[in-house]
Amino acid sequence: MIAEKSHTAQFLIEKISASASKVGFVNDAVLTKALLYLENKGIPSNKNEDYKYCNVEAVFKKEFKNPEQRFIGIESISPYRLPGTMCLVVVNGTFLERLSDVNKLEGVKITPFNELDQATKKKIGSIANVESDGLIALNTAFAGNGFHLKIEKGTQLQTPIQVIYVSGSDGESIVNPRNLIEVEEQGSATIIEQQVHIGEGKVFSNLLSEKFVAKQATLISYIFQNEGPLGYSVNTNQVVVAKEGHYDNTTITLGGQLVRNNHQVVLAGEYSQAHLNGLFSAKQQQVVDNHTLMDHQVPNCESNELYKGIVNDKSTGVFNGKIYVRKDAQKTNAYQSSKNILLSDDATINTKPQLEIYANDVKCSHGTSTGKIDENALFYLNARGIGKESGRKLLLASFAQEVIDKIEVESLREHITHLFESEI
Amino acid sequence: MITIKNLRASVEGKEILKGINLEVKAGEVHAIMGPNGSGKSTLSSVLAGKEEYEVTEGTVQFNGKNLLDMPAEDRAREGVFLAFQYPVEIPGVSNINFLKTAINEIRAYKGLDPIAPKDFLDRVKEKQKLVELDGKLTGRSVNEGFSGGEKKRNEIFQMAMLEPKLAILDETDSGLDIDALKIVASGVNALKSKENAFIVITHYQRLLDYIIPDFVHILYNGKIVRSGGKELALELEAKGYDEIKKQFETESV
Repeated sequence: MIAEKSHTAQFLIEKISASASKVGFVNDAVLTKALLYLENKGIPSNKNEDYKYCNVEAVFKKEFKNPEQRFIGIESISPYRLPGTMCLVVVNGTFLERLSDVNKLEGVKITPFNELDQATKKKIGSIANVESDGLIALNTAFAGNGFHLKIEKGTQLQTPIQVIYVSGSDGESIVNPRNLIEVEEQGSATIIEQQVHIGEGKVFSNLLSEKFVAKQATLISYIFQNEGPLGYSVNTNQVVVAKEGHYDNTTITLGGQLVRNNHQVVLAGEYSQAHLNGLFSAKQQQVVDNHTLMDHQVPNCESNELYKGIVNDKSTGVFNGKIYVRKDAQKTNAYQSSKNILLSDDATINTKPQLEIYANDVKCSHGTSTGKIDENALFYLNARGIGKESGRKLLLASFAQEVIDKIEVESLREHITHLFESEI
Repeated sequence: MITIKNLRASVEGKEILKGINLEVKAGEVHAIMGPNGSGKSTLSSVLAGKEEYEVTEGTVQFNGKNLLDMPAEDRAREGVFLAFQYPVEIPGVSNINFLKTAINEIRAYKGLDPIAPKDFLDRVKEKQKLVELDGKLTGRSVNEGFSGGEKKRNEIFQMAMLEPKLAILDETDSGLDIDALKIVASGVNALKSKENAFIVITHYQRLLDYIIPDFVHILYNGKIVRSGGKELALELEAKGYDEIKKQFETESV
């Protein structure tokens, strides 16, 4: 059977090809596979179960009819910089050494893709399968000059690394930032990734990050999304954790017209652990879609997930959390919880916990709740003289606190607390 | 201080309060007693401003102002305090932050600047002693994981912090052992003054051994059917509510 080719994808390929940088970080065979997959399967639409509430194809058709790729740059990233961090800057998909603090820390190696050795290049795309998702294919085909970040063996990094992805356009543009992050054996690092939108034009940012956490290594990852109504973003974050490794991610989404997060964690080594936390607040017509996949491949691993969402106006929030426990993954502990607050009758929450368990000696659980703001609690506050508005804010802040408290970088936690309080 | 006239209120179309008349003056303690379902908690909720209750008739004047026109928060800011029968747990909001917000919103309503941090902390220390509330509890989330007794003591602690003009204690004695009851009562007695007043709602006479009322009212079927001095509570304790029920059921037939 000959599959019908995707017109949206073909159109995109034509449009983006001209402006795409030819970095060549994947070999021709992979590139061909990516383009073919894209042509045949296209950009995911709501016909794809995984994109049921996040019709990316429709967004391309409607909002990115004419991706002119007229990018605009940035002179200073100081408004976005957190104090006390080492900063890496990616502008419209291209890693910019000029704006970054490169090689200032011992045991940290940062290399643009075009300067990578063959051995490292091979790792790019080794987790992210181009034939699994049209957006991975799109990124692989058109990613700019991304960066490789390596925390060398035994390096216990105290300074957090902040990665700022700036997307700027004065027309309709599509960018494909990409990186490869490795924490080598017994190394540890904290990485804060932030997506920023600038300019008057719409940008679709299709970010893809592959992360390797080696034996006994620790990676604490924060993703902070606060783009305006012109920002559309997909954040695909694929992680492999080796024996006794530890990966934590906390994703905070406060802005962006459409935000799709694909978190995939493979617990590949025994006694490894991963924790995924998320907080999102959506309003107006925003769509925030969080998909997580926790893949327990080996015995004695632990994972926890806590996602909290607040939706207002006509916005849509999604939490789809899959826990996969393979046949060999005995003694797995896996927990998942999703809690949501609906602030408007027109807002929607879709939660779907999915547990697929093929081992027989495991402890797994999940829970989900969605409700309105607790009227009894609000009345209690009012009865003490606290007004409706500040009472509502106090309750929403207390709801979010559990996730915000997971942030161990004080400057980031304070920044997010402040922004969250002004958003709600 | 508060004048309630012919107050009628319903919830979900069912009339619960059927014409309450009550006047409480500064310096007085009034006890309202009654069997289950007589409308005791409805009365306290209506006075505090809970929106589920619809006032269908009557007036409530509080220090010359129409209380029923005000949202719950303004009633609190004017000096009405309700000690809840079932205090609500609010995870994530610390007791301290909650009280500071409450005090400052009340102060803002009166045109005052926020309380100085030191004054606030001094007041916390002083008042938590009054109800023998463990300092650790004040640092925790509002009522979260508190025992029944701790929750009730926390209500009295909040009352002490907010210094209301009229405090309504809604079955504060329910679920308290005798020691906790004494602590709560001595807290209330310490706060009593010529400028404030208390309405103590209770099912049992027990609490009134420790908080001596000036007046006792019996609420039955949405109306105050008898009023008297503190001896009325003792009479009720001796005879039980059955006699009241019999007497007034017959009358209402």
